[in-house]
Amino acid sequence: MDPELTLTVDGATHTTTCDTRTSLLDLLRRRLGITSPKKGCDHGQCGACTVLVDGRRVLSCLTLAVTRDGAEVVTAAGIDGPLPQAFQEADGFQCGYCTPGQVCSAAGVLDEHARGWPSVVTADLTDTPALDDAEIAERMSGNLCRCGAYKGIREAVRTAAGAATR
Amino acid sequence: MTDVLEPRAIGRDLLRRDGGLKVRGTAVYADETPVPEGAGPPAYCRVVTSTVARGRIVDLDTTAAEALDGVQRVLTHATAEHLASTEDRELAVLQDAEVGFRGQIVAAVLADSDEIAREAAGLVEVRYAAEATNAELRAELRADRTDLYTPEKVNAGHETDTATGNMDDALALAPVTLERTYRTPMQHNNPMEPHATSALWTGTHLTLWDSTQSVHRVRDTVVQVFGLAPEQVRVVCPYVGGGFGSKGTPHANVVTAALAARALPGRLVRFALTRQEMFALAGHRTPTIQRLQLAAERDGTLRGIAIDVVEQTSKVKEFAEQTGVPTRTMYAAPNRRTTHRLAALDVPVPSWMRAPGECPGMFGPEVALDELAVELGIDPVELRIRNEPEVDPETGRPFSSRNLVACLRAGAERFGWADRDPEPGTRRVDGWWVGTGVAASVYPTIRMTKSTATVRREGDRYVGRIGAADLGTGAYTVLPQILADALGVDEARVDVLLGDTDLPEASVAGGSSGTTTWGSALVEAAREFRDEFGDDPREGDEAAADVPPNPAEQEYVMSAFGAQFAEVRVHADTGEVRVPRLYGVFACGRIVNPRTARSQLLGGMTMGLGMALHEQSLLDPRTGAVVNHDLAEYHVPANADVADLQAHWLDEDDPYVNPMGSKGVGEIGIVGTAAAVANAAWHATGVRVRDLPITLDKVLG
Ligand code: FES
Ligand code: FES
Repeated sequence: MDPELTLTVDGATHTTTCDTRTSLLDLLRRRLGITSPKKGCDHGQCGACTVLVDGRRVLSCLTLAVTRDGAEVVTAAGIDGPLPQAFQEADGFQCGYCTPGQVCSAAGVLDEHARGWPSVVTADLTDTPALDDAEIAERMSGNLCRCGAYKGIREAVRTAAGAATR
Repeated sequence: MTDVLEPRAIGRDLLRRDGGLKVRGTAVYADETPVPEGAGPPAYCRVVTSTVARGRIVDLDTTAAEALDGVQRVLTHATAEHLASTEDRELAVLQDAEVGFRGQIVAAVLADSDEIAREAAGLVEVRYAAEATNAELRAELRADRTDLYTPEKVNAGHETDTATGNMDDALALAPVTLERTYRTPMQHNNPMEPHATSALWTGTHLTLWDSTQSVHRVRDTVVQVFGLAPEQVRVVCPYVGGGFGSKGTPHANVVTAALAARALPGRLVRFALTRQEMFALAGHRTPTIQRLQLAAERDGTLRGIAIDVVEQTSKVKEFAEQTGVPTRTMYAAPNRRTTHRLAALDVPVPSWMRAPGECPGMFGPEVALDELAVELGIDPVELRIRNEPEVDPETGRPFSSRNLVACLRAGAERFGWADRDPEPGTRRVDGWWVGTGVAASVYPTIRMTKSTATVRREGDRYVGRIGAADLGTGAYTVLPQILADALGVDEARVDVLLGDTDLPEASVAGGSSGTTTWGSALVEAAREFRDEFGDDPREGDEAAADVPPNPAEQEYVMSAFGAQFAEVRVHADTGEVRVPRLYGVFACGRIVNPRTARSQLLGGMTMGLGMALHEQSLLDPRTGAVVNHDLAEYHVPANADVADLQAHWLDEDDPYVNPMGSKGVGEIGIVGTAAAVANAAWHATGVRVRDLPITLDKVLG
């Protein structure tokens, strides 16, 4: 018997059964018809499937759905605030396929930064680093964009960070 | 001369019309197509692929797979329907027991869930009589192979070989000569959206929601392969998650999806390639070996230029990359030669990847020019300027516009080239060797011969229709800008519908031809519309037009040009290569939308950076397998690889190309980038890397 699980996705509650082999990504896309997170590799190598689970960014293709019973999932379709508009203004995408993952990752970056988490390029670990280009690039490097929209993506994250702290 | 449109909407940096959907992830891609009303529950397709490079299937056991609960069908060459046409061997899926490359589809499993289909595919047992793949002969590209052949034509209909004057004499007589061999590796397009199709066969009609750069091309192919009437097949594709050429022509996955749908009438069948499968089934850029010869006067004037190219194709189907073609246009020299030779190997079928021909074909020549500049003690920018031709060197025809020199000068100015010390390996900053390099870019201005558009008045809006594609290029945004100016109305009142064979036939989104071709058809349709209905049309008034021929194409050579400047840092101890600055300046006609055009140019340059530093598909010649067949091992640039990247353009008014004055921006950005980086890496270290990518083992030399 397939186990039952309950998830909240972008504010809506879903109770469903699923094959224990099903990834969170496939559960969202195939079972619940929530296709905002994308499948670029299914192996944790591209970031297209990034969603927020209980506030943290995770690769949903590497997450077995049954391990997340009761979790709160946010996809790019559920992200409000300055990020979506900033991505559009900065033209931080072209084909749009990596974009929902980038937006979720960006939301994660803003939160991690606000908590004072350093990255590998943070020079001074005793102080909260400024979210400059190098910090953003490093923190966003788990999300590949074959269209090469990185410059726009960084600009969008910077703009959204500025808007958040204002 | 064409009547160039008065730009009102054209030239504005409007936001992408599909941006809101894309940032939320609600734009619908092929694999996400909702189950249509009346269709049964969706079925999922997974394939089994060959594990030998060449041979025959002698036994294929599907018993265990078929016994699995939830499996609907297992298609093999014994059970799949016979296709009406197997002329295109790449598309002759499951038709016989022959295996022509590793990774070829040998069975397809259809099941009620993706998990079951995947498990069942793993249960299919295949035995092959493998013809031993001799390491020497089967899958290894070398210039000294004895079985190289001369293709009839190369891609895009270009001549295979050309010659002017006498190159041998030029080499014998010139005071300075240079002969070098350069290599570019096998590469894979790797759009972020894997090739995918959702397919539904109702018993009489086939609908394919396919990720493609050309819905009409997919339809025509499927019609032919399955022997259907065009009215029986509809192809729909509102959004494409990138393609860069790999979705320009239908591959075996599309035929498989159609086969699968026809085996399960009434059910929507979903088939998406895995990332790994894409390395065999979605095309690749052929590796190239380029022998360059230059003959020059001491002042840098070229007396001769020659490129002899060797590259691979597949035994299954020929694809001949036109790598030598840009050398025919770039620089003046009375004596010239270009040739192409192919090795047909037991490898997957090569195909288009962003700027086929120009992209690999501007690596060898642009590094060779840098080497010549060093040899002569002439600045590499200056050397290019000295060899600027007045007319197209091979045909003698004038250029409709050519601003390479202006790009070189403007780029040098922006980059701060003037104070450059030409000595290599002399600048060390914080443990990094620092250098700068330059290379030129070129891409032809292409107008496809067939495309039709309609314009219709609907409510208080104007709706253009054309079955074109927006794979991130901005067509959804740019085409309304063009149509608005052609109609003389506000852009906000104009829509253009794309991506469906129910719309008028459009050419492929390839060859940087989209804006030029579809835009020309829309402008023509708008003219018809205004002629017929004046400025006050009524509801439902409609006009149609084909893209008109451009007689100026007979008189002029039309091309975009550019110059790229790179700063490279190479770590003195580890050999790590970084590109802190990469600036491109382009002359590519009038820019219809600066925001989307800049993204196209930056995206091309980013892929060029990947070509320079990261990308190579490692084909094991013994097995015919690409061993690094995923995104963890086939490296593409990540965010932190891209530093100060800038794309600029010059104002260029070309009255001959088309009514928009556009030349196309999708591909030129990738052309020349790798050469600029390689030249800068030499300047940093003194090590000349002639085979891409520029990895640390090569610069540590
Ligand atoms: S799909 Fe999850 S990382 Fe690529
Ligand atoms: S927008 Fe196309 S891959 Fe990022």
